[in-house]
Amino acid sequence: MSVTLLIEQLLNGVQLGTMLFLMASGLTLVFGVMGLINLAHGSFYMVGAYATAAVTASTGSFLIGLAAGMTAAALVGALVELIVIRRLYHRPHLDQVLATFALILIFSEGTRWIFGSSPLWLSPPSWLTGFVTLPGDTRYPVYRLVLIGVGVAIAIALYLLISRTRLGMRIRAGESDREMIGALGVNIAKLYTVVFALGAALAGLAGALVGALQSVQVGMGEPVLILAFVVIVIGGIGSIKGALLGALLVGVVDTLGRVYLPLFFQTFMPPSEATGVGSSLAAMLIYILMAVILAFKPKGLFAAND
Amino acid sequence: MINTTPLSKNAAPATHAESHFDRKGLVQMILLGLLLLLPVAAYFLGHTYYVNLASRVTIIAMAAVGLNLAIGYGGMVSFGHAAYFGLGGYVAGISAYHAFDMTPFMSWPFSVPGSDSLLVVWLAAVVLCALLALAIGAISLRTTGVYFIMITLAFAQMIYYFANSWPTYGGQDGLPIYIRNTLPQVGNNLLDSSDALTYFLICFTGLMLAMALTSRLMKSRFGAALTMARLNDVRLATAGVSPYPIRLVAFVISAAITGLAGALYADLNGFVSPSMLSWHFSGELMVIVILGGVGRLYGPLAGAVLFVMMETFLGGITEYWQLFLGLVLLGVVLFAKHGVMGWLAGSERNE
Amino acid sequence: MSEIVLSLQKLHKRFGALQATNDVSLNLRPGEIHALIGPNGAGKSTLIGQIAGSLRPDEGRVYLADTDITHMSIAERARLGLGRSFQVSSLAEPLSVMRNVMMGVQALQSHSFRFWKPVARDQQLLKPAYEALERMQLSHRAWTPVFELSHGERRQVEVACALALKPRALLLDEPMAGLGPEGSAKLTELLEALKLEVPILLIEHDMEAVFRLADRISVLVAGSVIAHGDSHAIKQDPRVREAYLGDSDA
Repeated sequence: MSVTLLIEQLLNGVQLGTMLFLMASGLTLVFGVMGLINLAHGSFYMVGAYATAAVTASTGSFLIGLAAGMTAAALVGALVELIVIRRLYHRPHLDQVLATFALILIFSEGTRWIFGSSPLWLSPPSWLTGFVTLPGDTRYPVYRLVLIGVGVAIAIALYLLISRTRLGMRIRAGESDREMIGALGVNIAKLYTVVFALGAALAGLAGALVGALQSVQVGMGEPVLILAFVVIVIGGIGSIKGALLGALLVGVVDTLGRVYLPLFFQTFMPPSEATGVGSSLAAMLIYILMAVILAFKPKGLFAAND
Repeated sequence: MINTTPLSKNAAPATHAESHFDRKGLVQMILLGLLLLLPVAAYFLGHTYYVNLASRVTIIAMAAVGLNLAIGYGGMVSFGHAAYFGLGGYVAGISAYHAFDMTPFMSWPFSVPGSDSLLVVWLAAVVLCALLALAIGAISLRTTGVYFIMITLAFAQMIYYFANSWPTYGGQDGLPIYIRNTLPQVGNNLLDSSDALTYFLICFTGLMLAMALTSRLMKSRFGAALTMARLNDVRLATAGVSPYPIRLVAFVISAAITGLAGALYADLNGFVSPSMLSWHFSGELMVIVILGGVGRLYGPLAGAVLFVMMETFLGGITEYWQLFLGLVLLGVVLFAKHGVMGWLAGSERNE
Repeated sequence: MSEIVLSLQKLHKRFGALQATNDVSLNLRPGEIHALIGPNGAGKSTLIGQIAGSLRPDEGRVYLADTDITHMSIAERARLGLGRSFQVSSLAEPLSVMRNVMMGVQALQSHSFRFWKPVARDQQLLKPAYEALERMQLSHRAWTPVFELSHGERRQVEVACALALKPRALLLDEPMAGLGPEGSAKLTELLEALKLEVPILLIEHDMEAVFRLADRISVLVAGSVIAHGDSHAIKQDPRVREAYLGDSDA
């Protein structure tokens, strides 16, 4: 119950938030530009993590592994878009949900088939292990700070990409009017593949980075996927700005809730009960947050379009 | 003038309906006949395993009947029906737990004891699932499209994590039901719910009632309004009916049916755990509805038969059977939009 | 007040910098067809939205007879007797004509939370719906699915749907759009017979039909009503000629 703990947990929350942002930005872009709900986004997260773990293990270099992971996720994303996803753009959301649910089954079982059921181990490179001392005598893992840094860098890069480049202009045009960009002579099919692969690469990056923190296993993308859904529902589907804000909000609220709610209940309850009540409530906290936000803003904080 | 006009003629265009009636009716009769006769035969041959398998098919079909009311008839793509299935299961489990322990479920503000009576459990499951669906539906139905899908998913996930971290009833490990909940005794204990065949027949009756209810509902004024809400909600409002309460009530009924199935499922397995609440199960229920044929009365049953058969027989061959389920599902979604019943019995809904 | 069926009083609606509706007042009296015309972008759709209930005005009120309906939902307005048709056909395509028309009858009779009696044999629903179809000379198509109907027939079904509500006022949004001369003539004839029972607020592009049908005409330009009168007066009005007829092919 100290400032140290608070700073540490705030940083943890921001770190979770930045990783959620990597997931959510891809989801929200794909929805905003193509109008597609993609459950298989969590599979790209997993693909990125597995590829990174495998390549890191064989080359001994985390950075090469990371590059391989992102590339693999982008390639798989592009392939999936070409084979399956592009048949779904004009289908009802129900079809999109089911087809991408089918993709999850295929990816998860396929990965289990190739790599087995036991988790792979992936650890951060030695030059990223260790701690830094922050003001207030907080010792904080370097690797987690790096994750925050990567997340911030990607957010800035995405902002520049969308506001300053030709690709970004096309993405924005696609978000505001899908028919129009066809009329502008943009090759829509190619644009969609690129956007989808970009989203997949970001998900793969997140999977690889988080995989080094936790473990690399089948199904690792699913809890993150659902958190990412909560993020984009809160932020407003289609809005990158909303995804960033929603991700940080969810990351911080979730992390702080898990630490402080049990402590809070301990002030007037026996410890064992307080832990139970506190942790159950903490598990529900972000969903309650989502419900409250939706009660006032049914389209999320920054609704871009529907 | 009006009296001479055949007003009461079937509203569906007769030309389409009649040519399929025989084939459709035949397929439905065969499906029901097999579902009823195979377990009876298995029971008398001493293969209790297959009787329980049939109960499983029946219960999952019933859960899917509930979901089909929301998705197929109401156009509400709920990705969170596991919440009701699981809640129904937990009602059975928690009630049995307290009856077994002889402790009250709650003692304040008034005392609620546990119960091992199936009738009490079913009633409680239906009522509680309806209340949960009322709360979730009231918020979710303010939105449409992708938002609705994601929000129903998120709320179900909330219940899932709650069950996972609430230690009283087993948390992640789940809760066993040591003795199956019972029916009131009639005469010489004719209805022994722990007998596999009796329990199957209970489940079968439940499924038939759920299907009859759906069928009747969809022919009523409420059904007409719900159909219109699915097809064109602006038209419904312009005709003077607010779509929101119609959808909400349908959502609640849908959840109650799925919840009752959940209670039956927990008693069948003698066990309830958070996996009944997981989003995978919500997805599987949707898969069943789609495999069978969305918005068709017999679709959920056909889908459940197919799903459990794949799970049992493919699952017996390979550990990775879900890979093949995924491929089949992908094929159905991309190429065969009307599901198994559409393929077997011809198109029903002229959309 | 009681002589006026539908009354718009000083409506204002603004979207950002655009004043879409600017101080619009308008009355619909029994037995008349009151046409609302205006060039594209004049704010007709916005105004219709405020009458039908899909938009709320920033200021001003809407009355149906003596009831203030400004803040009512679309469905409430419909049940009170405001029937409308849409510019783009909004029927439930897979359903039969009857099913579409019956919905209004159902809404008028009681709430729709009746779960048991099948509608297909419910004479209380079938008879009034059939009568509404007869009024639009369409009873022979009662059991045809909407997607098999011609464009003109759909227009008639839309009006029949509105009639099923036993409306006090009809709001018809470009009912002639897309009709050939024959269909247009037929609908004109039907509307002329109808107006004695139900006054009609007609939003229409087809100037010929407007001048033939309308008892009074209001001209909307840039959100404001710039002129008001019978067809003769409107044809003569220099502001109308300048703002509207001048750059139209009518």
